[in-house]
Amino acid sequence: MKAFTVSKAVTALMLAGLVLLPLYSHLSGNIFILTLFTRIVILALAAASLNLIMGYGGMTSFGHAAYLGIGGYAVGMLAQEGVGSGWIQFPVALAASAIYALVIGALSLRTRGVYFIMITLAFAQMAYYVASGLARYGGDDGLTVYKRSDFSGLVNLSNRTQFYYLCLACLFGVLLLIWRIVNSRFGLVVQGLRSNEQRMQAIGFPAKRYQLVCFVISGTMCGLAGALLANNTDFVSPAVMYWTRSGDLMVMVILGGMGTLFGPVMGAVVFLLLEEFLSQVTEYWALILGPLLLLIVLFGRGGIMGLIGRAGRG
Amino acid sequence: MAEPLLRVENLVRRFGGIIATDNVSLDVAGGELHAIIGPNGAGKTTLISQLTGHLAPHAGSVLLGGLDITYLPAYRRCALGLARSFQITSLLLDFTAADNVALAAQAHAGHSFRFFANARKERGLRDAAHAALDRVGLAHRADVVVSRLSHGERRELELAVALASKPKLLLLDEPMAGLGATESQRMVKLLQELRKEVSIVLVEHDMEAVFALADRISVLVYGRVIASGDPAAIRQNEDVKRAYLGDQHVVTRHG
Repeated sequence: MKAFTVSKAVTALMLAGLVLLPLYSHLSGNIFILTLFTRIVILALAAASLNLIMGYGGMTSFGHAAYLGIGGYAVGMLAQEGVGSGWIQFPVALAASAIYALVIGALSLRTRGVYFIMITLAFAQMAYYVASGLARYGGDDGLTVYKRSDFSGLVNLSNRTQFYYLCLACLFGVLLLIWRIVNSRFGLVVQGLRSNEQRMQAIGFPAKRYQLVCFVISGTMCGLAGALLANNTDFVSPAVMYWTRSGDLMVMVILGGMGTLFGPVMGAVVFLLLEEFLSQVTEYWALILGPLLLLIVLFGRGGIMGLIGRAGRG
Repeated sequence: MAEPLLRVENLVRRFGGIIATDNVSLDVAGGELHAIIGPNGAGKTTLISQLTGHLAPHAGSVLLGGLDITYLPAYRRCALGLARSFQITSLLLDFTAADNVALAAQAHAGHSFRFFANARKERGLRDAAHAALDRVGLAHRADVVVSRLSHGERRELELAVALASKPKLLLLDEPMAGLGATESQRMVKLLQELRKEVSIVLVEHDMEAVFALADRISVLVYGRVIASGDPAAIRQNEDVKRAYLGDQHVVTRHG
């Protein structure tokens, strides 16, 4: 597997680009691109976490944006209440996401297929309406985070470059974790369950237990993305949990390549760049983006990573 | 008499008005190869499904080594030493043959909440997988993805998967289904080897194979056991001839 392949080269190029981006931003004086890519990196993290359950685990969750909101509100609400320390905010964001995932997962995993998709969607919409009802924390209008999480001088989240690298480090950390997980005993069980649940039960695996743990890990990772996102926008509102957001995350995963480690990152980069630049060209950008996505999904089985892989083989 | 390895007592399962399993009682002694035969629709698969835990009986009990497992889920039965092969091949198609077997070994090597070490590099699991593959003659196909294996190879892989869990009792649901003549012969030879190591319940349509292999045979007709005994006794049994073998013999004699 040490052979040079096109998809490896493209992946390496993309990762190198992400690492060197602040340098380009400094040299060219283009601050906007750094802000844009901070958002891309954060959503890539969210997409990667979704990929863990959807791509590797075969659990198609249509409510993944809920964790973005839960992580974000954990930061926003604590900040509002005067708890500015990131050492408290982030663990709370992760714990809240984990608990939500545990409850939602335990209920949703009783179902399969379309019902699973629908029930995860329903719970995320519930979270959306609960957030809209939080009058003390802005309700519908959302909540401004006046001060970014304070990590006692270790990293300064108000410094664009430092914050970008923090997000990138989180993304790489999560990717590393996912890579280890999918090759571990646990990961093989989860992927085996995606492939043939009846067979896995027959050889002695209690399916639900493993799927639930995977669901919780994925949700917790996405909660981290939520906490970062709230810091990035200095704002959190129910809109981050809306079902179209969950859809965006799914599109990123499918676009980049489900069940591949770097596919979701690729998907997030391409999707958000297209969205950004097409929306500058025309108001009806979705009209171009939609068919484009359709083409890639129809003709590029395995998403962009699949396309590149096949191009590499000729 | 010693405690039988598997004891089925008065098992009943209905589907609406149809009684698919009608008061079935059955003992399988340790070391025995016990075949269950019967015409189509006799309720063989229904019976097997209740033994493996995929279907709950309406009455009666199933005991494995004296332990009541009637209502245990499939994965718990497996942990107690009950392994099965499926009538319609059921494998992880996008995994390699070795992965399929290694997962079965993994299921019996403690819990799988291990998140960091690469499971494909665990010596113990890989060695167990290769031993089981070797046992069924598939060692040379270990790294081939299952979807690229032939039907015959998949049937053998099913056996390897079952063996890897080191079962006390192997439930084989029509292991010869869909196999050609030479493949069937290989399977019979393989089962002849395996029966020395593990007790087997064999559900099979291939009469030649059944009479060559079985220590005892139970004949199921309309959900009821109409006869149970060694192959010679079954061959002589008038009820069996009438209900089942009669037709078969006519067919083979003229064919």
